[in-house]
Amino acid sequence: MLLQQAGPAGAHPLSGTVADYLWLLPLLPLLGFVVNGWLSLASAYRAGPTDPGAAHGADGQDGHAAHDATGGGAHGDDHHPVARHRYAGLVSLIGPGVLAAAFVLAALIFLAMRSAADVHTPFVQTYFAWMPAGDLALDVAFQLDQLSMVMILIITGVGALIHLFSVGYMRDDPGYARYFAYLNLFVFFMLVLVLGASYPVLFIGWEGVGLCSYLLIGFWFNDKANADAGKKAFVVNRIGDFGFLIAMFMLFANLGRLDFAGVNAAAASLPVGGPVVTAICLFLFLGCIGKSAQIPLYVWLPDAMAGPTPVSALIHAATMVTAGVYLVARSNLLFAMAPVASLTVVVIGAVTAIFAASIALKQWDIKKVLAYSTVSQLGYMFVGVGSGAYVAGIFHLMTHAFFKALLFLGSGSVIYAMHAAYHATHSHDDAQDMRNMGGLKRYLPVTWILMWAATLAIAGVPPFSGFFSKDEILGSLFLRAGHSTLAEAHWLGMPGSVVLYVAYVLGLAAAFMTAVYMTRMMLYTFHGPNRTGDREREHLAESPWIMTGPLVVLGVLSVVGGWFNLPALIPLGPVGALDRWLEPVVGASALRITGGAPVEASHGTEIALILVAVAIALAGILLAVVRLKPERLVPKVESPAEHGFEKVLADKYYVDEAYDAAIVQPLVGISRGLLWRGVDVGIIDRLTRLIVQSKDDDQAVGTSVPMGGWLTRAVGYLGSQLQSGQTGTYAWVLVVGVLFVLGAFTFR
Amino acid sequence: MLAESLFFSAVLFTIGVVGVLTRRNAIIIFMCVELMLNAVNLTFVAFARVYGAGGQVFVFFVMTVAAAEAAVGLAIIIALYRHRQTVDLSNINLLKG
Repeated sequence: MLLQQAGPAGAHPLSGTVADYLWLLPLLPLLGFVVNGWLSLASAYRAGPTDPGAAHGADGQDGHAAHDATGGGAHGDDHHPVARHRYAGLVSLIGPGVLAAAFVLAALIFLAMRSAADVHTPFVQTYFAWMPAGDLALDVAFQLDQLSMVMILIITGVGALIHLFSVGYMRDDPGYARYFAYLNLFVFFMLVLVLGASYPVLFIGWEGVGLCSYLLIGFWFNDKANADAGKKAFVVNRIGDFGFLIAMFMLFANLGRLDFAGVNAAAASLPVGGPVVTAICLFLFLGCIGKSAQIPLYVWLPDAMAGPTPVSALIHAATMVTAGVYLVARSNLLFAMAPVASLTVVVIGAVTAIFAASIALKQWDIKKVLAYSTVSQLGYMFVGVGSGAYVAGIFHLMTHAFFKALLFLGSGSVIYAMHAAYHATHSHDDAQDMRNMGGLKRYLPVTWILMWAATLAIAGVPPFSGFFSKDEILGSLFLRAGHSTLAEAHWLGMPGSVVLYVAYVLGLAAAFMTAVYMTRMMLYTFHGPNRTGDREREHLAESPWIMTGPLVVLGVLSVVGGWFNLPALIPLGPVGALDRWLEPVVGASALRITGGAPVEASHGTEIALILVAVAIALAGILLAVVRLKPERLVPKVESPAEHGFEKVLADKYYVDEAYDAAIVQPLVGISRGLLWRGVDVGIIDRLTRLIVQSKDDDQAVGTSVPMGGWLTRAVGYLGSQLQSGQTGTYAWVLVVGVLFVLGAFTFR
Repeated sequence: MLAESLFFSAVLFTIGVVGVLTRRNAIIIFMCVELMLNAVNLTFVAFARVYGAGGQVFVFFVMTVAAAEAAVGLAIIIALYRHRQTVDLSNINLLKG
């Protein structure tokens, strides 16, 4: 093993502990990917149920899996004898197994880190020199600090639970092995992303998770819509990645370093609030906008719901989409030096939070509600990290990973049950539309209770986890609006304090909407009369334990997750644990933003802030319960169309249509009308036919140009005359040429 | 000493070039090529006396290549003669375009 310890100051407190096996952490899921991928390919060459993705030309997808994207794996009746994947047993062992092993390792490293004396500097492991080119000395290196540790625990922990859930959800899918191969590969890249010790290594993980996201969104690619959704996610993300690349170029051009330690050390030479550091931060944030689905690049995330539901839980809610938040927190020193960029992060985050929340109010697809909810919650996280409350942002990232993963897996459980019911009765209705659900609490009691826990958490009802993290974000935003370097800066001519107060109000409004749309989703899905259909109703049943088990664990985490960082006002346990844990990473930047001293609110202000937040959450839930009557709903096919503003919301403000008209259609039009018909066919093809014209071309093109090809023939004849075959002539030409070249150099 | 050596090798090289350009007998041309190679060798050795032994290394390479070239070249000329009963290159223009 190429392994050198390169701690910045001699022996790092973590060297010699279990943290030395840091390299093993991403290697475990990579191993899972290799084995599962090989099993997937191997099974394609044998008879049996074939995976359409494992080998070209294999045609084993049955019609039912293709007709409904999201329930493709959910069969379970005795009309069609379903044969599981050839290596299903082995895959179900390896896929979740490597994740469980990685989680155990991560937990051990965490314990070692906790018991180590003072870990002020990141623990860096350098493996080999990657790009030693001129001034650029780039190593493939991993670094472990408190921030990466939190991310690793979330990724491997929540990841292991979701892998386990997938064993049940994807049970009968022909692409079972391929699915786990992709999922393992995703976890590998995600770990590279959070462990990378430099921006380029982080970027490898950044692009890698994008690739896996693409592969898994289009997992059921027999349906063109799914493949298109994957493409859309990829293309939209590229816009953000361009920003990330520019930011890296600028970092190298101005600081000469790309590793985090070097950048943080060299950043002090940049003028605070200067154009360079502001531009670097804004370009970095462009990358975050793409990856974390913020306005204006959020459009890919709702479409990404075309993938299997556990994928939505892991990639498009709990981990990958939070990479942008992680990147801002990771670059906290730079962002703290650029108040304008930080305010931009706050503004984009706050506007996204309320914008996406308003769309979620009128969605009927259960996964679309959760998708827009994710966009909205990501906005919250950016408000946190943008306003310099880095811990609050990461805290919300963590609690969100718990409750949103639970919500998605719960919706997966619902869809699984719905699909099984429709499949048993050969019905072709929409298994994801809430208008076809209703009253499911009788049939799915475990899912029902757990999803209520997650709903209360996301709505911000104490003592559930989301209350603490959301309250911390909004509270610190309010305090920083009163006194911080951000409040003194100006954003597009507006005073920073005004911007922050407006963001606070937007955040409260978004919190209200969150409570409303989540309660609406729960009411329509689980309460009121059942609208699934009389025949289908008999087939509705709770999911197997392999699916409900992970839900229970996530349910517990959703409830108690907030205790990791209790505010001083509510001392139910150790106060501010996460604050103290992340202090070595973000402490200095947070202090810089708040002007040297931590902002302390008076007890009165703090109580008032908490009361406002709780009142807003409860008001939202109450409004939904009072105003929304699930009894009045009718199944999807009988539902009337929306009118007025409701229709605008249901159609997502027509943003997709606007992008289509403003960008996609002109692009296609120019490509087709000008570049293809005009340049390619009109000019290049015509010229080509003038120059070369053979009989084959005449037949192929169907046209004939008189004297076509004469130019080629003339040039060819002249060229052939040069070849006399006389060695003497060639020698003369050679000597004359040499004399000419020598003369040119001599008499220059 | 250097100037004389260089002058001598330039004369040798020119004789070689003129021979290659004017003669038609393959054997003669071949010998002229060898003359040119050895003229270059002479230059290398002459410079090596003044600037250090690096040039002499090249001489060994040139001699090795020249030996190999002689073996292959003579074999080709023999094969050519067996085929065409002549080594006059003006009669051989199979590659005419």
